[in-house]
Order: sequence, then C-alpha cells, then structure tokens
Amino acid sequence: MGAVTLTAVLAQAAATVMAVLVAPLLLGWVNQCRAWLQNRSGPGILRPYRQIRKLFHKDAVIASNASPLFRLVPYVEFASMALAAAIIPTLWTGLPFAIAADTIALVGLFAMARLFLALAAMDIGTAFGSIGARREMLIGFLAEPALLMVFFTTSLIARSTSLPTIADGFAHQPFALFPSLAFASVAFVMVLLAENTRIPVDNPATHLELTMIHEATVLEYSARHLALIDWSAALKLFNYVCIGLALFLPWGLAESPANPAGLLLAAPALVLKLAVAGAGLALIETLNAKMRLFRAPEFLATAFLLAMLGLLVRLLLGS
Amino acid sequence: MASLPLELINTCAALLLLLSFAMLSQRRVLTQVDLYAAQGLVLSVSIFITAWSTHQLHLYFSCGLTLLLKVLVLPLILRRLIHRLDANWETETLLNMPSVLLIGLLLVMFAFVLAQPISELATTLTHGTLGIALAVVMLAFLMMITRRKAVSQVVGFLAMENGLLFAAASTTYGMPMAVELGVGLDVLVGMIILGIFLFHIREQFESLDLSHLESLKED
Repeated sequence: MGAVTLTAVLAQAAATVMAVLVAPLLLGWVNQCRAWLQNRSGPGILRPYRQIRKLFHKDAVIASNASPLFRLVPYVEFASMALAAAIIPTLWTGLPFAIAADTIALVGLFAMARLFLALAAMDIGTAFGSIGARREMLIGFLAEPALLMVFFTTSLIARSTSLPTIADGFAHQPFALFPSLAFASVAFVMVLLAENTRIPVDNPATHLELTMIHEATVLEYSARHLALIDWSAALKLFNYVCIGLALFLPWGLAESPANPAGLLLAAPALVLKLAVAGAGLALIETLNAKMRLFRAPEFLATAFLLAMLGLLVRLLLGS
Repeated sequence: MASLPLELINTCAALLLLLSFAMLSQRRVLTQVDLYAAQGLVLSVSIFITAWSTHQLHLYFSCGLTLLLKVLVLPLILRRLIHRLDANWETETLLNMPSVLLIGLLLVMFAFVLAQPISELATTLTHGTLGIALAVVMLAFLMMITRRKAVSQVVGFLAMENGLLFAAASTTYGMPMAVELGVGLDVLVGMIILGIFLFHIREQFESLDLSHLESLKED
C-alpha cells in the first residue's frame, strides 16, 4: 500500500487521466480484431476517438419532456467510471487513492452508474428506453452477485478486499495451483461479457431496437451527451479488463511509480496484456452467437455458480 | 504450503465438481456421456497421482480399471445404446436450469459441512477432498431426480459411482482390490441390465419418459 505523498497522488492522477484517454483505444482494438476475424478490413483502431470528436462537435438535441436528471446522467456515468479507474491498479500497486474504496465499493460504484443510466432511459418515457432499462437492470442484478463472489474468492486468498493489495499479493507469491482462482477467472470473464454488453448477452453493434439492451437505454442521447456515454462505456470495458488483469494476471505490475525500472517493465507488460485480452474478447465474440434474452439468466447463473464453487473450493481445500 | 501432488489432486477434485455441474446442466444426452467419460479420466488421473505420491501399488490397478471401464467401455456401451434407442434429443428437466444449479450449490454446501468432521478423522494426505466426493454423489442424485428421461438417469447413476470411488480413494487410499473389482463388475453388469430395461420400457410405452411408469393401468 502506497504512502499518501504529494508525488504519489500526482502520479496516480496522471495514471487515471492516462487510463481515461487510452480507454477508447482498447475498444477500437477489440472492434478492429473483430473485423479482422470476420474477414472485414475494419474501421481502424482510432475509430472511437473520431466518433467521440464528431459527437462533441454536434449540437445536442434533447426531448422537450426531459428532466434535469437526463442531462446530468452522462456526467455521472463518466465521473463514476473515471473514479473506478482511479482505484484499479494498471501500472503499479501503490495507489494512494485506493484506501478510499475497496472491491465491494467498486461493485457499488458500477451499480450506481447502471442505476443512473436506467433512470435516464426511463426519463423520456419512450417504450424502447423502458425496455432497455429493465433489461439492463435484469442483467446487472444477475451479474452483480457473481462479481461479488469473484471478489470474495480473491479476497479470501489475499486476505484483503483492497484491489491493489490483492494484486500485490498475487504478483509476489510463489507459484501455486489455485483451482478456486481458475473458477473465479472464468466467472469473471462471463460477468465482463455481460456487463460490457458483449456478444453472448448483447450485441454492441446492433441496430435492431427489439434486441438491444445497452443501446436501447441511450437511444435518446445525442451529441456531447452521447459522446460522454460512449466514452464511459469504453472506460468501463477498460476498467473491467484491468480488474481482470490485476486479479488473475498481475505479473509485471510495479510496486510504486518511484521505481522507473519497474515502470519500464510494467508499461509494455500492460500493453501486451491489454492487446491479448482485447484479441481474446474479439475471439469470444466471434465464436459465439448472441443468446436469446431469456437465456441470459442461465448464462449469469452459471457465472455465479462458478464463482461460488471457487469460493467453496477455497474454503474446503484451502487452494 | 501444500505440496505439488496435493495441489494437483485438489485441482482434479475441483475439476470433478465442475464436471458434475456440467453434467447437471447439460441438455443433450450424448454430451452428458462425453462429460461422464471426462469425469472418469479426471478421476483416474487423480487416483494415479495419489498412487504415485503414496507408493500404493494397488491404486495403480484401480487407476487402470477406472480408465478402462469408465473412459472406454461404459461410454462406448452408452453411446451405442443411445444410437440404437435413437434417444439423442434434448432432455427436459423437471425444474428450470438456474434453479437446478442453485439447488446443486446448496447440496454442495451441505456435503462440505457434512464431510468436515468425517474428513478430520481420516489420516490420509487427501482427506480434504471427501467433501467434494460427497458433493459429486449428491449432484448425481440430483441429476437422477430432475431428469425425466431414462438414459440421463442411467448416466446419473454411473456418475454417482464415480463419486463413491473418489471418496474411497481420498479417505482410505482406495478399497481393497477384491471390493473394487466387484464394484466395477457390478456397475458393468448393472449397465447391461439397465440397457435391457430401457429397451423394454420403450417397447411398452413407446417412450423413455419415466413419468409413464407412474400410472398403473392403461386407460
């Protein structure tokens, strides 16, 4: 755990800003990989940035019956995702902000963002918005316990609920086989797919309103509001991938920014891990077909089951 | 810190539990048979590791017997049976899948709590895995209860025997050779008799749905 010094705080603030800026790149990479796997040339990695820039230059159109909440939500979304990025170790584990929130608070933060998005979707009163909000809450309500169980398993092994401490513990312990961690990692990938509107649960590229989950909640947004929401969705994906990397592949993480040699190792390691994770995500999305909505509870029940099995195996066998 | 063989056996035990759940949630009968074969393979690997790390000669025989019977012979018989019965459709369960899985989780917790005091009495290296063995048995029970079709129930019966063998291997380093051979032959003979039963059930009711057996008279 890093000491709260001015340099540490500044370094982490810089890292958080970097995370916010880099997040669309990961989304672009996933989309590009997906295009390649589908034999398309693809829109290029920088496509999400161009999209965001284009949206920021447009004039916002807001429904006449929108409440102030509707205008507020994009900023809440973006702020909560940026806040989450501040407590997830990406390059080093000595995060001074991390004392503010542990993994359980992180789950709460994601839940709050989802709640506000659902409220905004229902605010205008269109049918698609309400359907999207309901579906989003359904997925969230099923994914959240699974995510919590994953965190409980890792916390039991590392004896701490603070994400940097867990990552630090895993990165520096001697090699050991942990079947419980294997279960937890599979469960985490399933939650990641569901929470980030990826293919087996939701199709991020769909234009068919009836099958939308996340897209239906943001149908009414335009211009800068939509840009912020898209950006925070990209940031959410980045956050989830970084949580996964910190929990299950923490090797290469530096201990503090004061050590340049550690950072020199951590930065390429992070880029490599993100590239592999993004390609893997694209592969999963290409190999799977989108499920019917009513199969989603089964998918997430399986995720919960795996995470719970991990926890139980950890408690019984201590491994 | 645990030694490597123990870690490997624990991993095998966790895999067995996972495969039990996979069987419980699988709708297709043929895939269930594949999962059963995979469970047999993991079981024989775990017995082999136990044998290798404790230098128990008779466990090698047990491992070989498991490999032969549960990975090769029984799945082969089951597959032929399914083809001849033309029974590879999706089986429906009595409850919907998420609730079956949640009941399974509760059973696993129950088995773990139940096995805790017993496993403390055992002196073997692998006594901690008794809970998982008991859970595998209970999940197989649950599978037999929640399936309507006869073939799935047979697979559940066989999976239960896997759990019993694993329990024996983990608490007492396996049963005596004669007992193990006897159980193995029992399962084989039981399998053949159940196969004949299945043909009779189908001839009588023109279906393998066991709910037909509940009515005593035709009307």
